[in-house]
This record gives sequence, C-alpha cells and structure tokens, in this order.
Amino acid sequence: MTRYDLTPLLQPLLKNRLPQFIIQAIALGGFIFAIIAGLVGTPVGNHNFSIVFVWIGWWALLMLIAVPLFGRAWCSICPIPLAGEWLQHGAILKPTGKGFGLNLRWHNKFRNIWLQNISFALVALFSAVVLTQPNITSIVLIAFLFVAFAASLIFERRAFCRYLCPVGGFIGLYSQVAPIEVRVKDSAVCAAHTEKSCYNGNAEGYGCPWQVYPGGLSKNTYCGTCMECLRTCPHDNVAIQIRPIGDDLIKPHGRKLDEAFKAFIMLGSAMTYSAVMLGSWGQLKAAAYAVGTNDWALYAITFLVFIFGALPASFFIATSFNRKSFINFAYALIPLGLLAWIAFSLSFVFANASYLLPAISDPLGWGWNLFGTVNFKWTPFLTQVTPTLQAAALIIGLAWSSQVAMQIGEQIKANAQGVIAFCFVITLGMLWLLVG
Amino acid sequence: MDHPTSRRTSWQLVSRTKTSWQLVLLILAALAILFLPTFVAAAPPTDRTYRLEARSFEYTPPAIQVNQGDRLTIELSSTDVVHGLYIDGYDLNVVADPGQTAKLTFIANQSGSFRFRCSVTCGALHPFMIGKLEVGTNWLWWQAVGFAVLVLIVVSRLPKSLRFVQLRKSDLT
Ligand SMILES: [Cu+2]
Repeated sequence: MTRYDLTPLLQPLLKNRLPQFIIQAIALGGFIFAIIAGLVGTPVGNHNFSIVFVWIGWWALLMLIAVPLFGRAWCSICPIPLAGEWLQHGAILKPTGKGFGLNLRWHNKFRNIWLQNISFALVALFSAVVLTQPNITSIVLIAFLFVAFAASLIFERRAFCRYLCPVGGFIGLYSQVAPIEVRVKDSAVCAAHTEKSCYNGNAEGYGCPWQVYPGGLSKNTYCGTCMECLRTCPHDNVAIQIRPIGDDLIKPHGRKLDEAFKAFIMLGSAMTYSAVMLGSWGQLKAAAYAVGTNDWALYAITFLVFIFGALPASFFIATSFNRKSFINFAYALIPLGLLAWIAFSLSFVFANASYLLPAISDPLGWGWNLFGTVNFKWTPFLTQVTPTLQAAALIIGLAWSSQVAMQIGEQIKANAQGVIAFCFVITLGMLWLLVG
Repeated sequence: MDHPTSRRTSWQLVSRTKTSWQLVLLILAALAILFLPTFVAAAPPTDRTYRLEARSFEYTPPAIQVNQGDRLTIELSSTDVVHGLYIDGYDLNVVADPGQTAKLTFIANQSGSFRFRCSVTCGALHPFMIGKLEVGTNWLWWQAVGFAVLVLIVVSRLPKSLRFVQLRKSDLT
C-alpha cells in the first residue's frame, strides 16, 4: 500500500527539541491561563476564556482537524503531563540522567483502557455543568494536572496519558483513522539492533514515554507521536508517513474488549450530547445540569445504561451473540463514531465560534478590550449549510463503517449484515437528532 | 475473480456492461433523491401566528410547524430574564424583555427543519437553549435517508478493487 515518507522533510524540525517545546510552552501557558480565568473571571461561561477557548476553540481544533487528520498530534503538544514529566526526567529538554520519582511499574491488571473508559464516562456525566461553568472547568483542568503530575512521580513513563486520561482514550481510538502514522522503515534493522534505544532511551532522547516498542508498532492507538523514537534511533529507522486513511481499522491483530467498549461509549456519548445540547427538550437539559438531584441521577443512570449496556447489548445481538465477532466488528463503528462527533461539533462550534473574538479581547469578562474585538456580536456562522454538512458527514461515516464492517467480516469469516444494519440505525438516529 | 484467459475478454465485456448499467441506475437514483423536492407541490400558504414562551433554558412549545410559504408571526414572550430568538438558516433575530411580547413576522419560504436558539446570554445553559422551526417537508432528512440506503447498496456491491482501503493478504488470517 502506498505510503509517503515525510521524514526527510520533517526530521530536522522534529529531532530538534525546541519547536515542540515552544508549542508545548504556549499550550501550557494557555492551559494555566484558562484555569486562572475560570477561577477569577466572570461566571458567565460564554464570556470567559476558560469555557470559550477550551470547549469551543480547543474542542473544534481537536475534533474537526487534529484527530481526523493528524491522529494523536494533540498528545505530542498536550500541556497536561509536562510538569510531572519534566520532574520525572529531571530535565526539560535532553536527558540528563537525573530523573526523579518512584518509577513504579503500572499494574498488569490495569494495562488497558478500562480506566479511561470510566474516566471519560465520569466527566461526561457532569458535562452540562463542566461545559458551561468556568470555575468547574477550572477544577476539572486542575484535577487533570494534579493526577497527571502524581502519576509521573509514582509510575514510570506516561502512565496518566496511557491509562487514565479521559481524552487520550478516545483520541487514541480515533487516531486509527488518521492518514498519518509513526512507524519504523525496516523492521529488520530493529530486530538486529540489540540496544533498543527507542524503548530504553539514550543520550539523544527518552525511551518511549508511551511504553510502546516502536519496532513492533502497527497501530496509532497508543503512539503519542511524541517523536522521542525519532531522536533516539541511531539508524534513522523511524518515519512519519502519510498512509491510506483508516488503515489501522482493518488490521486483525490486537483487537480488544476495552477498545471495543470505547467505540460504544463514544458513539453513545455523541448521541446523548446531540440530544441534550442540541435538542429542544428543556427538561432533559435541566436534568443533565442539575447535578445531585433525582432528575440528574435518572439522567446519569440512563446515560450509563445506554453506553455500557443498551448499545453493546444490541450490538451483541447484531453480531449473533458471538464474542469474537462482537470485539472485531466493534472496530467498524470507529469511522461512524468519529463522523458522528464531527457532525455534532459542526453545529456546536459554528453556532458559538463568534464568542472567541470578544473572549480574546476580554478573557476574564472584566471589561478589557485588548485587541479591539470585544464588541463583536454573537453571530452564528454557516447556519444555512450546517445541516447539509452534518448529514453528509453522517452518510460518509455510514459508508465508511459499512466498508470496514465488510472487510472485518471477510477477515473473521462472519456475516457483516447485522453490523451494517446497526450502523444504519445509529445513522438514522443521529440524523434525526441533528437535522430531523 | 479468476476466469480462464480465453474467456476473460468476453466476461469483462459482460461485467463492464453490467457495471455501467448499475452506475447509470445509481446516478439516476441519486438525482431522483436530490431533486425529489421539486416534484412535490406545497400546501397553499396562509397567515399563522404562534405564541412562543421563553424561559431559562427552553422554549414552549419546543417546536413550531408551518407550511412552506406561510406568513408566520412569532410572538416571543419571556417569563424570567431577557431571551432572544435567532432562527438558523433564516438569519432572523428577535429579543424579548421579561413580561413583554416581541413580534417577528416573515414568510417561511425555505422548507426544512431549522433550529432556533437564544441570542441573548441568559445563564449557564444559554448556548444550548434551542427549539425547532419545521417548515413544510424536511427534505434534507428524507434525502439523507435516501442516500443512506443508496450508500448501503453501493458498499455491498462495490468491487473490492474499488474500496479506498484494501485488505492485505496478511490481514486475512
Ligand atoms: Cu435565553
């Protein structure tokens, strides 16, 4: 299959630590500023930098551009684990060999993404509040920072990113779709290389922080695109390549139940968010917002039963009650899931993107006008074409998922019709929620 | 599919004719779905007035139905704080102070389902304060359903060589 090696173009830029560090530093600055803004700025969400730049700006970049086109690119510049990692490394740039921390091994039992499935569901339960209350957004961001920091000091490498981060779980799942990958050029070179500096580290860089052996890498899921292996490989055997989109989805090995469930959680959450946030049911919105009340408890239970129970159960029926088919075919839901999130985000982002302009001039809602844009009125963009784009996204998702389902069916010699029917019903459901 | 060399050309010819027929049918079906709305006559237009009550964070009723071409008057009233009403696609906006009724009159000339949303920051869930204006038939929905069915037919009949990602031999274990 055709692949284009981008390394000759990018290598000088990536081997050097400075460009990545500068972007990380800017991201960290923005992250800390978002926390401060959420705590001391106006409680009105759509005039506070924290809500507007995290949930509209960052979310739009992540869901509409970064994940679909560059997979885990966000993880390579994410500010959350930096402080802990710098301490763990005892360095900000090149290794100095003076690391700090306990470097414990992550327990085998939790070497999967079940904890990420749970952490995402937990944040999702409170999403109506997190997305609209600046101080709650700050608390969530602080919690991310704190847990990531602690994980870096207690465990080896990037335990938070790999096993805990609620965002990292779905970025990893959907990065399998991306047209870009980090892979070794010639696995024979790796097999002959006994030092395995890509995993163990050397003077040029750290052993894979994501606990992946690059020589055996075949899917994007757990490669954080941090570029350390590009720096450590003495044979320049690591490449960044352009590849056919969705290439990881049809690789038959390494399919697991925890990742299968991630697909359901994300698909079910896209539907739930569309109903709660973009629907016209006031009572549902009120219930999702009223954390701690009976209405919210009912909403929370329904949501959990839907994503962990009803969706997987109906998919189990669609895959003829066969565990192997269930796990394998779940990977066919990934394109539809990603496009369902894109369809949801299109409406949410276009309708609210104009809040970015006043918020950059007056990030705290204190009446500043830094860039002269504070009086820019709320203007929903592209409302004429958004429904058509949403419908198109969902149809593309259905076509793509169906094709993957047929290919997985050919691999495991099972009938894909039930899975395609399942995707069709989900597509109709999303269409009804978004453009019905 | 492997066929003996001697018969390959005639087979290819037959399958190519079959394929091009399927392609023609497919394009016809796609065009029919696209232009479906032009073949259906709309109901005669009338004047309609709807009272719409806004409160944080919902509209009552949550959806308004009219026929395409109707002259629609929305009387927006608010029972708590200042709320607005912005209609997607129509790009119309009206704002109602608490206890007062604001009127918006327009001709609903575009058919479809349009979201309307609050245009005045009114509290935490303000960005999600949304209702629906349904004008005539929601063709986009029916077209999307039509294309969804069409897409399934295409995917199930598409020759493997035309798939945009191909299975490798090593992937068929
Ligand atoms: Cu309002």
